[in-house]
Amino acid sequence: MHLTLHVWRQNGPDQSGQMVTYPARNLSPDMSVLEMLDHVNEQLIADGDEPIAFDHDCREGICGSCSMVVNGLPHGPQKASTTCQIFLRNFRDGDDIYIEPFRATAFPIMKDLMVDRSALDRIIQAGGYVSANTGGAPDGNALPIPQHTAEAAMDAAACIGCGACVAACKNASAMLFTAAKVSQLATLPQGEAERGERARRMIAQMDQEMFGGCTNQGACSAVCPKEIGLEWIAKLNREHIRSKLPQAT
Amino acid sequence: MNLNRTNIVLAAALLIVVISSLFIQTDHSRPNLQIYLGPEPLNAYAKFLKSTPLVLWGARFGLLAIFGLHLLLAVNLKRQNRRARPQNYVVNDPVETTLASRTMMSSGIVILAFVIYHLAHFTLGVTNPALHELVDSAGRHDVYSMVVLSFQNPYVSATYIFAMLLLGLHLSHAAASIWQTFGITSSRSRTWIHNLGWGIAAILTLGNISIPISILLGLVGLPEEVTAP
Repeated sequence: MHLTLHVWRQNGPDQSGQMVTYPARNLSPDMSVLEMLDHVNEQLIADGDEPIAFDHDCREGICGSCSMVVNGLPHGPQKASTTCQIFLRNFRDGDDIYIEPFRATAFPIMKDLMVDRSALDRIIQAGGYVSANTGGAPDGNALPIPQHTAEAAMDAAACIGCGACVAACKNASAMLFTAAKVSQLATLPQGEAERGERARRMIAQMDQEMFGGCTNQGACSAVCPKEIGLEWIAKLNREHIRSKLPQAT
Repeated sequence: MNLNRTNIVLAAALLIVVISSLFIQTDHSRPNLQIYLGPEPLNAYAKFLKSTPLVLWGARFGLLAIFGLHLLLAVNLKRQNRRARPQNYVVNDPVETTLASRTMMSSGIVILAFVIYHLAHFTLGVTNPALHELVDSAGRHDVYSMVVLSFQNPYVSATYIFAMLLLGLHLSHAAASIWQTFGITSSRSRTWIHNLGWGIAAILTLGNISIPISILLGLVGLPEEVTAP
């Protein structure tokens, strides 16, 4: 199959970019979007042109590296998938495909489709951990956790930190990401000790990173490759309010 | 006032609750629907409000302060959100979002313009001074006839109906969204709580637009002793 690509090309962080059109010929419908870019890049390199820079790593939907917006949707037009899991059979022969980087002040563009998503790491560093003193490892089943609690925590922990929620949000808000990262720990007894402080610090870091505010649009959850639900944002808001209330000591 | 972004959303949402509850309780929808009971209750209510300046001005100042704060916080939030996404996508699919949720700022600005017109029209009597001078048989300010005569003008009615539909759109997102902002929703309750929000918005809108529509259709008319000026 043949496609026409319109790809955002930008040389560096402080430079201006624009969409550049490339013909992509002789593609297989079984190629992923990333394999299509590899294919186009081989041609660009053969022609002596600069290949399109894009992030990728595991190519099996768990690393969250392949950050790009395909036809107006982060990762591309298939629910619960990362770009590497979207195959060309989702498009029709002769289609025009528009590929852009995630756009947010908090995600500066490094080159072409590559953005710096370290802001998400700094939110984790602000409180997305459980402090444990060293010593003998506790027995795995010493702390009873109901099955449904463990399942709920796992639902939140499914977040791979790809940043599609930020890319989809009209306000470039990181609420769904922060909600998942706060909640996966706040749901479990191990996270209880630092619960209030964690919510406060991670939210403060999120605001400091210049992400926008949540206005309950719902686009984040709709494009999330791991289908993190909006109920986690409600949970984050609860954690936030709870952390501001006086706590019994 | 040092508010972070998340606090601003909370505060703006809280103010919506206060605005709507104050509005319904003190000054608006509920008393206004008395128009269906004829001139007596509405004019008596207007007289009562005017004769208790403490209640009237308390409500007015309270509403003005909350309205102003809501505006200030909304503009602040919009400014920060613009800064978070300075460059738009070349191709964008607004997946899952609603027309109401995407146009809160635009609908809000038109509603603000409407509120100013509404005050000039009924409260200050600037746009139709003759209607504002009407007095009923008991010597009271004839609010009932003022409303009926105003809405018999199809242009005035159309303006109100348009503004109320837009307010309904604005409220449909607000009333559905507020529960989420306060963390009240869960995965199980979100759908029906969302529908509850839409229901509240729909009831308020239908109640409001029913007044000009009833007058235009002639279902509510002037009392016999009043003639159009």
